[in-house]
Amino acid sequence: MTMETSGYILRIDDVRQQYGQKVVLNDVHLSLKAGEFLSVVGPSGCGKSTLLRLVTGEEWPTAGRVMLNGQIIQRPGPDVGVVYQHYSLFPHLTALENIMAGERLRRWPQPIQGMLDLVSGEARRSRAEVQDEAMRFLDRARMSGHGDKYPHQLSGGQRQRVAIIQALMQHPKVLCMDEPFSALDPGTREDMQMFLLELYELLRMTVLFVTHDLEEAVYLGTRLVALSQFYTGEDGVQSGATLGAQIVTDRHLREIGVALAPGVKASAETGRLIQEIRREAFDPSYCQHVDTFTLHHKDSWHPEEDDET
Amino acid sequence: MRPPELFGLFAVPRRLTSVVLIILPFIAVIALYWIASDIRLADNPQDKLLPSFRQMGDAVWRMAFEPDVRTGTYLWWADTFASLRRLAIGLSLSAMTALFLGLNVGMFPGLRFLCLPFLTVVSIIPPLSILPILFITVGVDEVAKIVLIYIGTVFLMTRDMTLTTTAIPREQVTKALTLGASELGVVYRVIMPQVMPRLINALRLSLGAAWLFLIAAEAIVATEGLGYRIFLVRRYLSMDVILPYVAWITLLGFTIDWLLRMAVRRFYPWYARQGS
Repeated sequence: MTMETSGYILRIDDVRQQYGQKVVLNDVHLSLKAGEFLSVVGPSGCGKSTLLRLVTGEEWPTAGRVMLNGQIIQRPGPDVGVVYQHYSLFPHLTALENIMAGERLRRWPQPIQGMLDLVSGEARRSRAEVQDEAMRFLDRARMSGHGDKYPHQLSGGQRQRVAIIQALMQHPKVLCMDEPFSALDPGTREDMQMFLLELYELLRMTVLFVTHDLEEAVYLGTRLVALSQFYTGEDGVQSGATLGAQIVTDRHLREIGVALAPGVKASAETGRLIQEIRREAFDPSYCQHVDTFTLHHKDSWHPEEDDET
Repeated sequence: MRPPELFGLFAVPRRLTSVVLIILPFIAVIALYWIASDIRLADNPQDKLLPSFRQMGDAVWRMAFEPDVRTGTYLWWADTFASLRRLAIGLSLSAMTALFLGLNVGMFPGLRFLCLPFLTVVSIIPPLSILPILFITVGVDEVAKIVLIYIGTVFLMTRDMTLTTTAIPREQVTKALTLGASELGVVYRVIMPQVMPRLINALRLSLGAAWLFLIAAEAIVATEGLGYRIFLVRRYLSMDVILPYVAWITLLGFTIDWLLRMAVRRFYPWYARQGS
């Protein structure tokens, strides 16, 4: 059933998203390889979060397809993990219970599951094994002492650490993160970025990271995509918000699996790159033309290569 | 400089002051009653309107610790038991309905369109106005009283549960699904535990209405019950029984409310202060 997708784990194919008359996304094409860390940036209201919700399966595109491993994403499921800015954790569970929630929710309630296991004779990962993995993760997050605390007793950074672990415990094929660090203070934020990169180097997971912070996007991603509603359409009209956002920039930042040292953040080259992207995507008066989008990444879709599906 | 003790927006009463403030109105009412009762009784020892505390004490003793000559039961406790039983059955039925209905209506858009407008309309029917219908259809015994309590509280609680459920961030649903939960799993294993403490709070708020309908139903037709007793002895102007009964009902109501509050604190420690 699974189509061969030439190494791409996630494909967003000619996707258009529209609420009534309002077009949010227009002709979005994006392919993601396993292990890529994709940062998605763009001006506020450009549809970054919409794009993410299409990948998690919370929304269905008006037109086009979103495919994970060659299969159209129908609704949220365990293949795609998600971390939000808020409300990622279940408030009624402790940190450890939150991390192990996936294991519990995937099974039937314990008495029924016990009987089912008995009938099928299937060996399942024991609770102890799962707890082991959870504890290792907690350790790595430097949170071993906080397993029994409820989310409201944790700091913002700790909460997000737990949320990331909670998602990773499922070994999702793609991890979607929607502004996960945006509510944190700068120090904590930097900590969290390091923590995420540590995990990334260790696990090589595929990440879709939405943020409005360009510096963060450049620092974290191996690839950066900018969505913007500021561009000039095919007929030469300035789009404003009427046409819907498109990918106006697609850049290769570094090799898959490689994470940057924090020092690079301050370098002149990074600064120049950020300035460039800021102009391309965030500047309403600087409108690229559809045909000349800065799509430097090798996996980028170019208008002239259309119709070869 | 200290902030003001008592007056103004920025008053910070000291501990002792705050305790005095809390007790003050209770003392004041009791003292006022005492004085008024004394004055009236000095005027006319047969006066029944404001019995002395001694007379009320005697009445309580008679009702609670001496078997009734006619029935042989201890009326105070029999009444209490009968009323609490009706209250408990009626309220637990409506709490269960509210939980089940509110949860599903709040979660499934299909059900929401089917049920919510209907519920909103039906909830406006004044329950007391259908009391005669209840008496005619289900008879005048226990069932009618329980159904009245049920109807009087179920709609408010259901709407409260629906609102609580819809107010849960959408992220929680997606999150649970991405963790491998089924749709029913999301509703009953992720969302339901989160709305339980709110259900208990809705129950607390509904207690007042439940007592109202209980006493109204008992006043009209019953053979025992706190409301029945009050309306029965009213014929003999027995204020010495009525007043302790009212105080007893108040105490019961307060205790139930307190127990429920403690239950929330004990079983849902995360509920009290969860911000984001």
